[in-house]
Amino acid sequence: MKRSEVAPGDSVHPGDPVIVDRYTTAARINHWITATSLVLLALSGLALFHPSLFFLTGLFGGGSTTRMIHPWIGVVLFFGFLGLFLRFWKLNLWERTDNVWLGRLRDVLTGHDENLPEVGKYNAGQKLVFWSMSLLIIVMITSGVVIWEQYFSEYFTIEQKRIAILIHAISAIVAICVWIVHVYAAIWVRGTISAMTRGRVTGGWAWRHHRRWLKELVTGRP
Amino acid sequence: MFPPVPNPTTQATPPKFGEQDLMRRSASTVTPPAKRQTGVAKLIDVSKCIGCKACQVACLEWNDLREEVGVNVGVYENPHDLTPNTWTLMRYTEYDNPESGNLEWLIRKDGCMHCEDPGCLKACPAPGAIVQYSNGIVDFVKANCIGCGYCVKGCPFNIPRISKVDQKAYKCTLCSDRVAVGQGPACQKACPTQAIVFGTKDDMKKWADKRVADLKSRGYKNAGLYDPPGVGGTHVMYVLQHADKPQLYAGLANNPTISPIVELWKGLTKYAGLAAIGAFAAFGLLHHIVSGPNRVSDEDERSAKRLAQGQSQ
Ligand code: HEM
Ligand code: SF4
Ligand code: SF4
Repeated sequence: MKRSEVAPGDSVHPGDPVIVDRYTTAARINHWITATSLVLLALSGLALFHPSLFFLTGLFGGGSTTRMIHPWIGVVLFFGFLGLFLRFWKLNLWERTDNVWLGRLRDVLTGHDENLPEVGKYNAGQKLVFWSMSLLIIVMITSGVVIWEQYFSEYFTIEQKRIAILIHAISAIVAICVWIVHVYAAIWVRGTISAMTRGRVTGGWAWRHHRRWLKELVTGRP
Repeated sequence: MFPPVPNPTTQATPPKFGEQDLMRRSASTVTPPAKRQTGVAKLIDVSKCIGCKACQVACLEWNDLREEVGVNVGVYENPHDLTPNTWTLMRYTEYDNPESGNLEWLIRKDGCMHCEDPGCLKACPAPGAIVQYSNGIVDFVKANCIGCGYCVKGCPFNIPRISKVDQKAYKCTLCSDRVAVGQGPACQKACPTQAIVFGTKDDMKKWADKRVADLKSRGYKNAGLYDPPGVGGTHVMYVLQHADKPQLYAGLANNPTISPIVELWKGLTKYAGLAAIGAFAAFGLLHHIVSGPNRVSDEDERSAKRLAQGQSQ
């Protein structure tokens, strides 16, 4: 049996154009809390990452407050992402067609969607962003706690802290790169951003990029 | 006897070094001054130390620090470790020397070594929170410290401590305030046996040579000076009876260097990291310029409409 690509709240409204509900209000609030905390974390983290970016501490009220607030925003991010994870993990499970999609990355990048297999709620690129972020956030919260001087300094050796901060810095860089891919994809594929702002997309968007999802919504059959 | 540093005048004296003498400044680029100050050093002769802790008291006294009353667990170390208030600590080791059959009491005055190549400074992300003067003194500047604890990870000697009270880093200053007006450090001044002497680094090395020769003549054939080259030498040096085994002295590092993990974190990771972020952003920009936006066509909308209507009829 083919799996269902439809999440609770997804529905289609015939009209001109067709409107498709993609994210519930709760999912969108959850997303934006997570997104805001990720951006604030990247800014406050980068401020300490390189001297040329130390001026970014000005956004947070100086060096000490940046140092103090960054890990707490990390905690917000962790729980925010946990919410997203629980909402989205199932439809992000890898399928065989995802390999086909990835194999045609050239068509993806040149916008030849007609050459790609029909995609469910998420394409392979979105799934990769999802899983790499899941992994990176686990790595960052774990390493972040080890280097959280104010509360956890007694529990780890200096050698452990050295390893943790190296891992934290590298995983943060990778996460920022993944974030760039994520944001760029949302901008490049026009019509995407309304999914997270108003919760809906046009039928044409769904037809072009997530046809299997749209078809299931219309027919009620996976 | 080593000629002691003379007592100060009662006249106000301008400081002998300051901002203009910085060799290094954390998270900043400075042009080192054309004229370097003479390198200073504190020489701690472990073989002369009687473990009286006068230096520890003098340090608290001069720097106006108070240590909490602790708990006696049956050892001489008091407190049990360096703390944000205890910048120097006598560490006691009982060594059963297998060669001589003697029980030796090795007492090492622990504290910042004032490395020529300071790992703390290289790790610090806050501009000017750690500075190195051209005479070799490595000093923490409280006003600029953000309390991140990176210096703790950078230091090969496990020296800096972050205060739980004000979240700032603390360690021995080599009494930079006293040295600036021609005085020796408070610990040196208080030491009753001249186990601590202070002067130019060259003089200290010469004095150490004499001490080492003396120790060798008394049968300590491995006596020597501890001035570890892995950190470019230090401005606090030890005369050790067993210089071949620094580890004996409460775990003094045999060959300290800045950890390779710290070098990797502060070196390659920074450049590669910023380059990667730049490359991803540039790729996005270029891709958008070259291939333009991926727009939904009217045909897509019509297809969706046909699909939706076909089903609702
Ligand atoms: C998820 C929970 C997180 C925790 C608990 C955490 C904790 C920390 C801590 C304790 C530090 C040391 C500075 C300080 O004390 O503020 C730090 C540094 C840093 N963090 Fe995080 N963080 C987290 C997530 C993130 C995320 C999501 C990013 C970026 C997207 C990030 C980027 C950075 C960077 C770039 C640094 C500086 C590393 C360096 O100086 O080399 N962190 N983090
Ligand atoms: S705790 Fe202070 S001195 Fe130590 S690395 Fe951080 S800012 Fe620099
Ligand atoms: S001993 Fe540690 S704290 Fe002192 S100068 Fe060297 S690296 Fe810095």
